[in-house]
Amino acid sequence: MAKETGIVSWKELALGCTLTEPGSAAQLKTGDWRSMRPVTDFELCNKCGQCYIFCPDMVYSQNEEGFYEADYYYCKGCGICARECPKDAIQMVEEGD
Amino acid sequence: MGKRVGMEVSIAAAEAVGLCDVDVIAAYPITPQTHIVEHLSELVADGHLDAEFIPVESEHSAMSTCVGSAAAGARTFTSTASQGYALMAEICYIASSMRLPIVMAVANRALSAPINIWNDHSDMMMARDTGWIQTVAENGQEVVDLIIHAFRVAEDHRVLLPVMVNLDGFILTHMIEPIILPDKEEVDRYLPPYKPKMRLDPQNPLTFGPVGMPEVYTEAKKAQDEALKGSKAVIVEAWREFEKQFGRSYKPVETYKADDAEIIILTMGSISETAMTAVDKMRAAGQKVGLVRLRLWRPFPAEELIDALKGAKALAVVDRSLPFSGGCGPVCVEVKSALFDRGLSPYVQNFLAGLGGRDVTVEDFEAMAAKVSDGLAKGLPMGYEIMNVRE
Ligand code: SF4
Ligand code: SF4
Repeated sequence: MAKETGIVSWKELALGCTLTEPGSAAQLKTGDWRSMRPVTDFELCNKCGQCYIFCPDMVYSQNEEGFYEADYYYCKGCGICARECPKDAIQMVEEGD
Repeated sequence: MGKRVGMEVSIAAAEAVGLCDVDVIAAYPITPQTHIVEHLSELVADGHLDAEFIPVESEHSAMSTCVGSAAAGARTFTSTASQGYALMAEICYIASSMRLPIVMAVANRALSAPINIWNDHSDMMMARDTGWIQTVAENGQEVVDLIIHAFRVAEDHRVLLPVMVNLDGFILTHMIEPIILPDKEEVDRYLPPYKPKMRLDPQNPLTFGPVGMPEVYTEAKKAQDEALKGSKAVIVEAWREFEKQFGRSYKPVETYKADDAEIIILTMGSISETAMTAVDKMRAAGQKVGLVRLRLWRPFPAEELIDALKGAKALAVVDRSLPFSGGCGPVCVEVKSALFDRGLSPYVQNFLAGLGGRDVTVEDFEAMAAKVSDGLAKGLPMGYEIMNVRE
């Protein structure tokens, strides 16, 4: 957990806070900011991929059936996907509900 | 050993940078730093120094260029003063946070307004909290020596921080003094080639200066603070090595007739030499007055200072920039803090002197000593006062 969130002792930080591993931002958990989560109704979805395109955090990826599934590790709950979905297939739901 | 010749201190400073085999110089001219970078530009243009001289369009660009150059692994130098420092300040924080061993000579000058090109310490005090190492020269020879020392300290893998060498504008920069420029071979023995610990390299990609979320910023600053505090041992070690190589000795806190002194005057920079004359005069008159000078401003040498001050009953601390309603000037703040932390409470009066180029004379130092002696005897309130201000 410590590694994926970047939470380490000051003694373990690289010199000058340099990032030594390319693409290490992928380890940063942006999902813990979220207060609302997007939930997709695949009955309404036409697989257009707008949610995948508009999501600023690369949350969506296509599954074997061609539907776009969310990875909540990264989803920060901004609601852009729900707003952009042309089929109103994505609902924003309160976290904890 | 090089021979002693008369030369302008700015020219000597530039020659010292050249002796250090600097790779990149990025600078913008500003009074009273101009001769330093002018001479470096000549050295490069005339083929005497194999370096890139980048004539940038501002000091902000100068320090930005230095950050890039140092991150790419090049030995990097710049120089500025006053308003120029103010403009580059944003990037100075970045240079130290990214642990880049840039060396900069600051020709200390007052800050506007009113516009004033003359000497005081407003610019170096503005730099106080940037996380740079700061050393202070009292004469031309020290400027040369401290520049060579600065590269060695900055690039030491136990340090990796930028170093600012402070020299008083005009009083030092434009003075012709007898100076020994060391031989190139001597400098080479003292200063090994720069081996970056981390650098921008397409073969081994790194990200310098990434965002630091609230979860990491505190730890990043703690690491930086520890690095600056830890640099003191290396600074002292490099001065010891300097003495072995060049025969001139330096300490974080220098003293003059301070051992048995009851009254101590505390100074920083070129006025210290005037203060020595004042101390000699007062000693000759039977007064137990001594002088303590700060050679190292950051990291602040609190232990060495207390060691030098202990035994004194009254202190006259000179500041050369204003606290604007604070308790006292920046030097005196540190002095009082070091004393308080150790439960020591001599009489301390803070004198703001030599602002914007006003001379500080032997008589001024005598007046300071007399005032603290009187203040101690009568139990007068402590604080700061502006010397010789016209009512
Ligand atoms: S709510 Fe925002 S972050 Fe989460 S999946 Fe939708 S667009 Fe991406
Ligand atoms: S934007 Fe809506 S319709 Fe298009 S793929 Fe995403 S959920 Fe399905």
